[in-house]
Amino acid sequence: MLEISDLSKSFAGFRAVAEVSLTVDTRQIAAVIGPNGAGKSTLFNLITGHLQPDSGTVRLDGRDITGAPPYRLCGMGIGRSFQRTNIFPNLTVFENLQAAFLVHRGRGRNFWSLAESFYRDETAGLLASIGLAGQEKTIAGTLSYGNQKQLELGLALASDPQILLLDEPTAGMSAGETHDTIRLLQRIAEERALTLLFTEHDMEVVFGIAQKIAVLHQGRLIAEGVPDEVRNDPEVRRVYLGHGLGHGH
Amino acid sequence: MTTETTAPAAAPIGVAREGNWVRRIPWTLIVFLVLATVPWVGSRYDTFLAEQIAIDALFAVSLNLLLGTTGLVSFGHVAYFGVGAYVCGILMKTYEVPFIFAFPAAGLGTALFALVSGYFCVRLIKLYFAMLTLAFSQIVWAVAYKWNDVTGGDQGLPEIPFPDLDWMSAIPGLGDLRTNDQFYLLALAIIAVSLAILHRLVRSPFGRVLTTIRDNPERAAFIGVNVRAYQLAAFVVAGTFAGFAGALYGIFSRGVFADFVFWSKSAEVMIMAILGGMGYFWGPPVGAAVLVWLSQKITAYTEYWPFMLGTILLVLLFALPGGIVGGLAALWNRIQGRRRA
Amino acid sequence: MAASFLFSQVMGGLTTAMFLFLIASGLSLVFGIMRVINFAHGSFYMLGAYLAWQGVQWLHPTGAGFWLATLFAAVTVGVLGAIIERVFFRSLYGREELYQLLFTYALVLILGDAAKFLWGVEQLSVSTPPILSGGIEIFGTTQPLYTLFIIAIGPAIAIAGSLVLSRTGIGRLVRAAQMDREMLDALGANVGAIYTGMFVFASFLAGLSGALVTPIQSIVPGMDVLIIVQAFIVVVIGGMGSFWGTFWGSVIYGEVLSFGILIFPGFSLFSVFALMAVILIVRPWGLFGRPL
Repeated sequence: MLEISDLSKSFAGFRAVAEVSLTVDTRQIAAVIGPNGAGKSTLFNLITGHLQPDSGTVRLDGRDITGAPPYRLCGMGIGRSFQRTNIFPNLTVFENLQAAFLVHRGRGRNFWSLAESFYRDETAGLLASIGLAGQEKTIAGTLSYGNQKQLELGLALASDPQILLLDEPTAGMSAGETHDTIRLLQRIAEERALTLLFTEHDMEVVFGIAQKIAVLHQGRLIAEGVPDEVRNDPEVRRVYLGHGLGHGH
Repeated sequence: MTTETTAPAAAPIGVAREGNWVRRIPWTLIVFLVLATVPWVGSRYDTFLAEQIAIDALFAVSLNLLLGTTGLVSFGHVAYFGVGAYVCGILMKTYEVPFIFAFPAAGLGTALFALVSGYFCVRLIKLYFAMLTLAFSQIVWAVAYKWNDVTGGDQGLPEIPFPDLDWMSAIPGLGDLRTNDQFYLLALAIIAVSLAILHRLVRSPFGRVLTTIRDNPERAAFIGVNVRAYQLAAFVVAGTFAGFAGALYGIFSRGVFADFVFWSKSAEVMIMAILGGMGYFWGPPVGAAVLVWLSQKITAYTEYWPFMLGTILLVLLFALPGGIVGGLAALWNRIQGRRRA
Repeated sequence: MAASFLFSQVMGGLTTAMFLFLIASGLSLVFGIMRVINFAHGSFYMLGAYLAWQGVQWLHPTGAGFWLATLFAAVTVGVLGAIIERVFFRSLYGREELYQLLFTYALVLILGDAAKFLWGVEQLSVSTPPILSGGIEIFGTTQPLYTLFIIAIGPAIAIAGSLVLSRTGIGRLVRAAQMDREMLDALGANVGAIYTGMFVFASFLAGLSGALVTPIQSIVPGMDVLIIVQAFIVVVIGGMGSFWGTFWGSVIYGEVLSFGILIFPGFSLFSVFALMAVILIVRPWGLFGRPL
């Protein structure tokens, strides 16, 4: 599905991502972990076209998508959420999702019909599926933090992606919210036959749902494999020493 | 660049959210019909004022497509107003082209200029965008000011002829009107149609996409929006309608002058949009009406109009960021809320 | 073309350039640190000119009038800058740049009319201070001493300014503020004080340049609006936020204007705005700035 090979990026001499190769299979749930500053966000930004890599390639279903602009990637089936919540704060919840439908289905160039009349059912269905039913008319910027995260997920889903890249989907959430979000993600991935690639700081979440884990340290991939392999990897243990990696599982 | 998703400001720069029945009233038609009676019920001066307001309203609404809808701060919108005025004026005066061809040509010429200049502008963000629009408008001003053979230079192009309005005299009831008044009716009709088109555009799927760019360009790109292409499209549409407003203004003021294109005019039209409320389609026309009317009243008493304008602007920025319409909407919501409670 | 003629053109361009540098350096500093385009900077310049004239009127009998009046004008404009920053600008830092732009534009309108109210619409002029009223012969041309003084003061301020920025603690904080506001917070620096300080310093420079221009240009309403656009061009050419960039931007602007008149008579206005547009298109961060 997603094939990253030898991806590198430096900023002013600092190697943020160095020769990272990683593949994610169809319908796999994969996580990228690593200490702060390990290059997780940079890796995501390289995959999603926000940054141009210095070298290396990204392939989606065999097609080279390296450095393609975000709006094209979106059309090719990559959805993403951001670490800092990223929605349209002055639009209503309904308008947020409906806009995503309008764009994805090529209606954005229609400058004569009334926007309101499009995709009402689809939007309502998606709202229910992400747990925001009844919030249609709320201005998105006034939603609670957790609800904004749900809405952001909805924005990504409206484009009907095959693979979803989630940057810290539970960042800043309480334990209860984290639990709900993970359940929601699992359910949606199941329903829509999605591939997931996410970064996460909460090891409980990572080892709870990921089928494959890649560990970044100082921009390099130091381990990759199923959760048990990664948990027992000596280098990973060294990097995470004292971080209580995977306790209680 | 990540956009903070804090709660929106007191008056969101959003789609107008009046109740449904308010929306269903055909405001454009009503306002048009009321204004169309001015030549009969008002004085010559009233007609003059109404025409000035109507033209400025179109100009301000065209700017607001960038400012309020797309989130692009253009500090050079007057360039497109000016190009429209000059193209129409030069064609009608120098080449004696009839209005019916000169007017669309002005729109076309402005659209082309907006396409070329906008192509470069939308590649820049924020203040750099504002600076480049300013630079383009000053280029237009420099050309207008110095190219004596074509634009008349600092003398301008006086005595632009009125369009041939004989056909209007044949319409019963309009025959006795002065040419000024007949042109007023023609301009009013053109402006009403333009506003109706723009209103439709803002509420269309295209318009919705523009609001996503205004709210959060990064996220817009990741729902699949080609941000620059949409910004450029908005820029061309806004420029074209500004060009139409300019073309009408040249005939209305019986001449086109380099002063029309000086950068401070861009600031003036921006103040109109914000005074009325750039979060609302009808905000800028309200702003245009209030500002034109105030300037006429105040300049009758004092020469210090800019001082008053600056003071109005300060009040707006610090006390009424949603503009007049935004303020009224907030008041209305409060009354509604109290009634429900 | 005779060498003496060319030399005159170069000197004319340099004079324009150094005045613009004095004005634009403040504009550029404020942009670099606060990310604000200050339209009112030209108004501060205009006030400096009027205040200098006023000072000369008051101090005329003492003989040392011009220099004291210049100091008076620059300091008064600096104080005005402090008031404006503390009272109004402060509350706009978090707002969108549109509001900041319009606030500074409101100041342009208000200060412009205030000057008209206080000093009328007549042209005012200040005579050259006696000590610099002569001229000297260079390459067969007579260069007024005052012009040479202005050409010298530009580089002096550029060197002093860049020394302050590179060698002192204040300079380090300012450079940090240019790069990353959050980092500055982390250093525990008082960001508010730095902003006020920079705004005051920029206003002081604008007032100073306004005062210094009075012996060679008459003081008229509208000089604020004319100068600010030129200062924008200079800042854009050099790179917004770059101090030396502004200096070289001024030199380029002055010379393009001076020679543009020779090459395309009547189109020098066009050429400087075209230059501004081309630079924004090709290198938005200016010839000497860094990409942000």
